Amino acid sequence: MMKDQALFTYCMRLADDSAIISQRLSEWCGHASHLEEDIALTNVALDHIGHARELYTYAGQIEGKGRDENALCFHRVEREFANLLLVEQPNDDFAYAIMRQFLFSAFMHPFWEAMKASKDEQLAGLAAKAEKEAAYHLRHSAEWVIRLGDGTEESHNRITDALEFLWMYTGEMFECDEVVSSLVAKGVAVDPMSIKHLWVETVNSVLTRANLERPAQSWMQTGGRGGEHSEHLGHILSPMQYLQRSFPQAQW
Amino acid sequence: MAIAAKNLTNPLDQKAWDAVCDLPDPEVPVLTIEDLGVLRSVHVQEDGAVTVTITPTYTGCPAMSMFAFDIEAALLSAGFKKVDVKTVLNPAWTTDWLSEKAREKLKAYGIAPPNGKASRRALFGEEQVCCPKCNSANTSRISEFGSTACKALYRCNDCSEPFDYFKCI
Repeated sequence: MMKDQALFTYCMRLADDSAIISQRLSEWCGHASHLEEDIALTNVALDHIGHARELYTYAGQIEGKGRDENALCFHRVEREFANLLLVEQPNDDFAYAIMRQFLFSAFMHPFWEAMKASKDEQLAGLAAKAEKEAAYHLRHSAEWVIRLGDGTEESHNRITDALEFLWMYTGEMFECDEVVSSLVAKGVAVDPMSIKHLWVETVNSVLTRANLERPAQSWMQTGGRGGEHSEHLGHILSPMQYLQRSFPQAQW
Repeated sequence: MAIAAKNLTNPLDQKAWDAVCDLPDPEVPVLTIEDLGVLRSVHVQEDGAVTVTITPTYTGCPAMSMFAFDIEAALLSAGFKKVDVKTVLNPAWTTDWLSEKAREKLKAYGIAPPNGKASRRALFGEEQVCCPKCNSANTSRISEFGSTACKALYRCNDCSEPFDYFKCI
């Protein structure tokens, strides 16, 4: 029996969020609107890869079955991934990638800030680093949201489409099941509702500056934490896991 | 020295520290791992095995495996038999650990050193960054992200020089 099943599950969720959004961002490598932006998106991806590796390694230690970061990231199937549906949504358009990053980073920045106070030293240590990086991710994506929203008619329409499409995936960030609440009670996890007002504040202020209208409260998609994903996840894992599945001993 | 990483209590620790402290950063070769504050501690155990602790500037920094490799090679060639390089995240690396000397070296190399203290957290604050060539403060940001995770891209509006800025975190 694992020492701490809840902590393992919690770390795996966070690790999967980071791994999947980094893979989505990496898809822009060589394709972004201009060279600087290409570098920016892959830099953000790199930070998320760093978080994922730390979290997978730690989860593997908690599990104690000898699974390392490679086993946990590259040798699991869709149903075992517990990432948010938001981070797996496709890059259909640059505006989609920017809006996805903005909605996620607006949550992750206060999340890591709060996690610095965790009683779990590993998570608190990672949070101290990740919070600084997330501040950059938020600033970068927020500036783009404003530039696109307050730009041309075309850019405004595209970022509006992205916002309206992605909005239904934002509710999942604030879900608090047994895993989260038991760890919140121990002072290990962050209660997502305790930072919701910060997320709302950031989103409202940036959308206002971007001349964008916040979508009305609507039905929220759910399922990612339980392994129920959109059809996109398998198509992300396929190229992401190809190398380690072909060469099972390959190291990150 | 601006960082408090060094805590060497015996001559063997000192010897091991000296063997690795001048290893350069592969991306910013004017800075050593000691200048950067990436090198946190060196300890030689009774059986002669060396434990070196390093910390990344950014969690995903791809230079970390290169640092570990270089450290191991340097210690083996200095006569140590067994080397263990550990990576820690806590305390979190900050540009505040860069010494004055390191900042001058960066500037001479053409990279604007981090500006001020790392506590600034505004969503839309503009940092005032000076051109490392002509010292003008009339510069503009080209991109928040540069050629490596630790740098941003700027341009001098006076002398037209594009340059890297070592981000303040």
